[in-house]
Amino acid sequence: MHASTRPALSLNITTTGTGAASRETVSPSPLRMSISEVNFFYGAKQTLFHVSMGIAANRVTALIGPSGCGKSTLLRTLNRMHETVRGARLEGEILLDGQNILSQDVTSLRRRVGMVFQRPNPFPKSIFENVAYGARINGIKGPVAEVVEKSLRRAALWDEVKDHLHKSAYELSGGQQQRLCIARALAVDPEVLLLDEPCSALDPISTAKIEELLIELKDFCTIVTVTHNMQQAARVSDFTAFLLVGELIEFSPTPHLFTTPGDPRTEAYITGRFG
Amino acid sequence: MTARLRWRKFVSGLMLTLTGLCALITVGVLFCILAYLVVHGGSSVNWNFFTRLPAPVGEAGGGMANAIAGSAKLLALATLMGVPVGFLGGVYLAEFSGSKMAFVVRYAADLLNGVPSIVIGIFAYTLMVLPFKHFSTFAGSFALGLMMIPITLRSTEEFLRGVPRSLREGAMALGASKWRTIQSVVVPAAYRGIVTAILLAVARVAGETAPLLFTAFGNRFWSPGWGQPTASLPVVIFTYAVSPYEDWHRQAWAAGLVLLGLILAVNIVARVVLARGVRVPRS
Repeated sequence: MHASTRPALSLNITTTGTGAASRETVSPSPLRMSISEVNFFYGAKQTLFHVSMGIAANRVTALIGPSGCGKSTLLRTLNRMHETVRGARLEGEILLDGQNILSQDVTSLRRRVGMVFQRPNPFPKSIFENVAYGARINGIKGPVAEVVEKSLRRAALWDEVKDHLHKSAYELSGGQQQRLCIARALAVDPEVLLLDEPCSALDPISTAKIEELLIELKDFCTIVTVTHNMQQAARVSDFTAFLLVGELIEFSPTPHLFTTPGDPRTEAYITGRFG
Repeated sequence: MTARLRWRKFVSGLMLTLTGLCALITVGVLFCILAYLVVHGGSSVNWNFFTRLPAPVGEAGGGMANAIAGSAKLLALATLMGVPVGFLGGVYLAEFSGSKMAFVVRYAADLLNGVPSIVIGIFAYTLMVLPFKHFSTFAGSFALGLMMIPITLRSTEEFLRGVPRSLREGAMALGASKWRTIQSVVVPAAYRGIVTAILLAVARVAGETAPLLFTAFGNRFWSPGWGQPTASLPVVIFTYAVSPYEDWHRQAWAAGLVLLGLILAVNIVARVVLARGVRVPRS
């Protein structure tokens, strides 16, 4: 099924070396997800207005914008996490590999579209059990230990934790916890990984590690990340979407958006005149 | 101005004394009871007390082995009956119900908690004793179990609500169903708190006398199985205390001491378990 559309998985993480941007100019990548005419409401309050955009496969797409612009809301609609909030309502269509996600079984959708949150949220279990969790609940066959090791390697955490896999996840530092959460999400082999300001609670060194990781993870999955840090968007993403009070103002390849923004509001934001 | 200031200082000092005094009384009452129990019952607490059956009137010695065992049986069965209901009800309140339904259930639980224990006893008598035409351990446990439901329910709800939302989201984002999330992440995160609450609920009903008076009744001998009347510490204390025999009075004091000791032990264990850490960060 969907697994066949992805590149072959390898145990060791190697960057492809070719810059994403240069690849982009050679061949535009196919879309993994497409969002069309999405309107979103919390009760009577509308927070997204007619948002339409595509998420390119095996690329990093960044959502930027000032606080309250709806970037997290948009991200959460992509695996229907918005449904956990009472009174939330979504209009429009979101496709994953050509199929409407709104008419799918939500648990299998979330297995295909994983999510990492703003604050690290490891479970009160051991490091091993945290990563194994997704595999276990999804009934993934095969030895769990291998899945755990593979996922921890991909999240660039293996070397730091391999000798104490059975310690509590809370003994890790904040940055390690966040990479653990990424490993946990990777363990179910998602096609798309959503990250909601994954570095906002972390120090600069941990942030740099995660940014590096995002670029490496492109080989395995499609990444959508929300950030309010524009430098971060510029560093890690291939495409950037700029949102303002619920509207998608501009969506283009990252170098393009940051050098020659098409909308005066984008320019005002990225040059730091507001936000 | 100075008069006013002096008045303020006086009121402040007065209130400090008054509140302090009340706090002291609270602690004092507990220690008085403890001291009383030790003075009057301490001498009767010996090995025989834990191993022997009650001696006939007029004969010295004898123990309360049957009452201690009876209390243990009553509490064990009550826990088996009350805790699952209270626990699962609490899970429903915290995780599934809408706010209106939650209000109704919570209110009902609080009312149930406030029902006088003697009324619970009558209820259990009508339901579990009358149809079978004899008192039983089972009926006593039923009454105690009923009393455990609201305590377990409310504290389970409290502790589950304390689990950060981020943990639930983390599990759901991995494709876990709601029940799976609750069972594999939320409940384990609140586990210590819930266990503590259950232990405290056990301690709370361990001393109940009224619900047992006409359910478990009493027994001078060992109670075989679950369908026969059984002795229990609180009821024995009651019967012995109102008896005219000096010997029995001493035994009643001793039983009170043992019961309080057991409850205290459960309380301490519960608090140690809790202090060892709700390891989930409360963010």
